[in-house]
Parts: sequence; C-alpha cells; structure tokens
Amino acid sequence: MPDGTAGPDPIEDAVRAVLGSLSGDLTVTEAALLAELEALGREVTRAKSEIAALQVDDITASHIPAATDELDAVVAHTAAATNEILDSCEVLESMQPRLSTEDAAALSGAVTRIYEACSFQDITGQRIGKVVHALKAIERRVASVTVAFGRAVQPAAEEPPIAGRTEGEELANGPQLPANAASQEEIDRLLASFD
Amino acid sequence: MPMDKNTPVLIVDDYKTMLRIIRNLLKQLEFDNVEEATDGQEALAKLRAGNFGLVISDWNMQPMTGLDLLKEVRADARLKSTPFIMITAESKTENVIAAKQAGVSNYIVKPFNAETLREKIEKVMAHA
Repeated sequence: MPDGTAGPDPIEDAVRAVLGSLSGDLTVTEAALLAELEALGREVTRAKSEIAALQVDDITASHIPAATDELDAVVAHTAAATNEILDSCEVLESMQPRLSTEDAAALSGAVTRIYEACSFQDITGQRIGKVVHALKAIERRVASVTVAFGRAVQPAAEEPPIAGRTEGEELANGPQLPANAASQEEIDRLLASFD
Repeated sequence: MPMDKNTPVLIVDDYKTMLRIIRNLLKQLEFDNVEEATDGQEALAKLRAGNFGLVISDWNMQPMTGLDLLKEVRADARLKSTPFIMITAESKTENVIAAKQAGVSNYIVKPFNAETLREKIEKVMAHA
C-alpha cells in the first residue's frame, strides 16, 4: 500500500480487477472508462496519503484529551473561586446584626445580588460540559474515519446508546444560546396557558 | 396565605455551589429547614424517608434527572401532592411542556434572581 497501511482496499482492488479484465484493442468508451478508473485509483491513493499525514494519533491521544483536561481545570477553578466568594458573603451576612437597619438592608441587597451572579458557575460549567461532549464526539469520528482507512488507531470510547434513555435524559440539553432560550416571562406565559 | 417558613425544603442540584446559593437565598427568605441532594435518586430516597413540604430541583443530573424525579414523586401516593419547582438551565419550550405534563408546580430558568424564587415559592405554597 502506498501509505504503508495494512490490509487490502476494496476500491483499489475493484479498480485493478476492472483494469485486468480489459485487454486487446479498446473502444473509445472503454478507453474513457479506463481513464476514469485510473483517476479514481489515484484519488484513493492521494486521500489515503493525506489521512495518514493527519497524525490522528496526536489528535486522539494528545490534543483532545489535553483540551478536555484544560476545560475541566477551568470548571474546577471557577468552582473554587465561587466558593471563596460565597464564604465571603456568608461572613458579611453574619455582620448584619451589628449594623443599623438601613445598612443591614443595603448589605443584604448587595449580598443577594452576589448570590444571583454566582450562578454563572453552574451555567458556564454546563456550557463547558457541552464543549467537552462535542470534542469527544469529534475524537470518536476521527478514530472511525482512520479505522475505515486501515490505520490502527485505538477507537475512543463509545457514547452510551440512545435507546433506553429516559425522557428527562433525552431532553437534557443544557443551557441554550441566548437567541434560542426562552425567557422567564415566556415560560411563565407558557405555564399559564395550561391553566 | 403567608408562607410557612418552617416547611422542610429539599433542594436538588449536582453543582454544590448552586446548592449553596439556593440554600443561602432560602435563608434570606427565612427558610432554615433545608436539606440537600445531588441527584434524583438521592432526592427520592430522602423524600421517601422524610416529610418535605417543598422540592426545588435542577433538571440535568445523573443518574436520575429532575424530570424523572418529578415523575417518581407524582407517581408516589404519599408524595404526589408535594409542591415541586424546577430550577434549570433547560429553557426550551419542549422542556417546559414536558415538565408541566409531568406535574411540575412551577419552573424557573437559570440564571434566576431572588425575587423570582420568592415569587414562585409563594405561589406554589399558596396552592399546596
């Protein structure tokens, strides 16, 4: 094989078989067919060489795992930072009894806004989880393509089968992009329409 | 009808920080009797063993999602009338419809604010 991969290629074999069956003087149609088959054979060889040059082992063994590790680290760091912020908020709340009514109310309002803002960690964590899922899907596809072309790449772990998933799992898609997400007001209206 | 602040509340979320945020917001609303679970299975076990008057649950959890927890609660003779609020980033219309059909009491989309939480709790407890 031109790229050094193991195993016969069914397309190349078919091309060779057809070429071998053509002998003697060729008609114009047969000559055109021969040219087409030769071109097809060259395309197959070129495609296999390009896939071999992709260094897919690096993609599946190094690049994608490194990217997912980095994203996991982002989630861990934001979780740690969020917990630090929450610790500080709880300290501030514990000081409320020592403040005037007006100051205590102002402090409570500010702390509430910080609590609300801290939910970013959940949302960003889920969004990053979706990116990791997409990267793993790419890893599986790359492995499948290289296996199909005869390279012995360790296929990535298969995704769990769709069959047998509950409705809750089927509909668990994580945060939507703003353009696709229903607002709280739209959800309230939708719920009210059932009453 | 005023909210009974002594009502035992179960909050369910797989993000520990979100559990902490909801717990602190409930504390500001003077709900101090709050327990936590990190997925639907753990929540269901706590609900069956306890006497909770309100469930506030995320959707996207493993091994049991919030929607599947809601279905289990509504199918349980003792738990079926427990007010159940979903707080989730799942904001597609199909999610809201599925939750409503499964018997959700109210639905809050993340990110949410404290006033929305207070308003929804007040509403579902008034109908409890």
